[in-house]
Amino acid sequence: MSAPELTEEQRAERPEEIKAVPVRHPGRWIAAAVILLFVAAAVRSIVTSQGFQWHVVGHYLFDSRILRGVLATIYLTALCQGIGILLGVIAAVMRLSPNPIVSGASWLYIWFFRGTPLLVQILFWYNIAALFPTISLGIPFGPTFVHAHANTIVTPLVTAMLGLGLNEGAYMSEIVRAGIISVDEGQTLAAQSLGMGRLQIMRRIVLPQAMRVIIPPTGNETISMLKNTSLLVVASYGELLFSAQSIYDVNYKVIPLLIVASIWYLAMTSVLYVGQYFIERRFGRGFTRAERATMRARWLTFERGGAAGPVA
Amino acid sequence: MTAMVKAEGVHKRFGRLEVLKGITLEVGRGEVMCILGPSGSGKSTFLRCINHLDKINAGRLYVDGELVGYRERGGKLHELPEREVARKRAEVGMVFQHFHLFPHMTALENVTLAPVQVSKVRRDEARKQGTELLARVGLADKLNTYPVALSGGQQQRVAIARALAMRPKLMLFDEPTSALDPELVGEVLEAIRQLARDGMTMIVVTHEMGFAREVADKAVFMDDGIVVEAGRPQDVLGSPKHERTRAFLSKVL
Repeated sequence: MSAPELTEEQRAERPEEIKAVPVRHPGRWIAAAVILLFVAAAVRSIVTSQGFQWHVVGHYLFDSRILRGVLATIYLTALCQGIGILLGVIAAVMRLSPNPIVSGASWLYIWFFRGTPLLVQILFWYNIAALFPTISLGIPFGPTFVHAHANTIVTPLVTAMLGLGLNEGAYMSEIVRAGIISVDEGQTLAAQSLGMGRLQIMRRIVLPQAMRVIIPPTGNETISMLKNTSLLVVASYGELLFSAQSIYDVNYKVIPLLIVASIWYLAMTSVLYVGQYFIERRFGRGFTRAERATMRARWLTFERGGAAGPVA
Repeated sequence: MTAMVKAEGVHKRFGRLEVLKGITLEVGRGEVMCILGPSGSGKSTFLRCINHLDKINAGRLYVDGELVGYRERGGKLHELPEREVARKRAEVGMVFQHFHLFPHMTALENVTLAPVQVSKVRRDEARKQGTELLARVGLADKLNTYPVALSGGQQQRVAIARALAMRPKLMLFDEPTSALDPELVGEVLEAIRQLARDGMTMIVVTHEMGFAREVADKAVFMDDGIVVEAGRPQDVLGSPKHERTRAFLSKVL
């Protein structure tokens, strides 16, 4: 099925390409000039101000205590976000269950952990020994298998996992649920007609497609998580902010060390942005034909728009 | 020999809305039945009931001599557990108006998913079989293409191959060509025609009168939840007895 050949005549008749003078955008140039002015002023004050003490910042930027804090923050973020995603998927699937007890339990969990401040939850877990001095594992009202003092079990790391992980799970479950609902019902119908079971359909058909909706907000959540790990200073967990704090507690260089911490937080969130872009592309498979185009295309349009000023 | 599908006074309600008001019909083995009728007449609902995607409220519905969705014991109907329902659905293939291909999988992955996951066929075996099926519907060169890059007609043919991969004893088609551009209808009908020649038992809800006349052994005209007229296609479509059938056909043709 090839397109019919054009005759000589038709080809000769083809009008010439349009070469129009582009619309000029003087507003863009004015806005750019104003913004550049402000940026320059800000940069000047940041560089020259004595309060920033850049030499101190440079001195501590790669301090081994700070680097250990960075590693701990990365580790915590990965761990707690992982727990959050796992709990979120479980809670979301439970929430959508036809069994009212199961969906009710999920609702209660989400209600509680979304309804109380994260810092309060962390403080609660940190002080859990005051509430339950001993912790037992076993069948309720039946035999117990493990028995221990709360303070030996709930270490700062466990506090972090419980506090950040449980809280994150509640938020993630809403994100996952939105993703699940966004998948066309026909998909479930088709899978059912093939004889697939409910969990199989969830795992093979619905969740992979829901990912497209789930990934972008999960990226945001991970970035939030990375920053929220700093709340664990109250649980004396040795993450980045705690490291910075323990240094300035001794030498009183508060501002420079907070800047050191901020630089590292910014660096880490920037890496997450890039990671998010690639994961989004992976799960966009089968939904768009031109997958690679986006970022380059956007940049090219910007360049063309910017060059629209002086035309010869 | 028992009929492949047997419906006796099948009723279906959605809330207060009665969609099926006593459907009684029979489809023999190897027969092709075409169901015609205006939209909202309950055709699609009836197909979904046969696959137990919708539960019937009254009457009896049998596929291959077995009750759909229930088991009769001691004069009482027991709901079948989910696993049993799924097992029975696997024996009935279904093709939808809007294809419902899995967009995150290639054509071949669409076709091999259920055999591997449900029937526990070995992966390489399923791939071999899937490749053959896709070749049979004329898509041998599209194995690794995602649905988004296929035309509507190609997508629907993948959907047919996907249903056939479960080796169904009955195929249900719910307006398989209604969402297609006119020039793509033919290729899908040809695939269904081929199945009819191979002796597959089929129920096809369709508005393609020419196709119904040519392929169907039985034609059924439904309206407002009841079977208005049923019989040989040349009778139902050629010389309908009921005013309602005549009125509908005059609009469609």
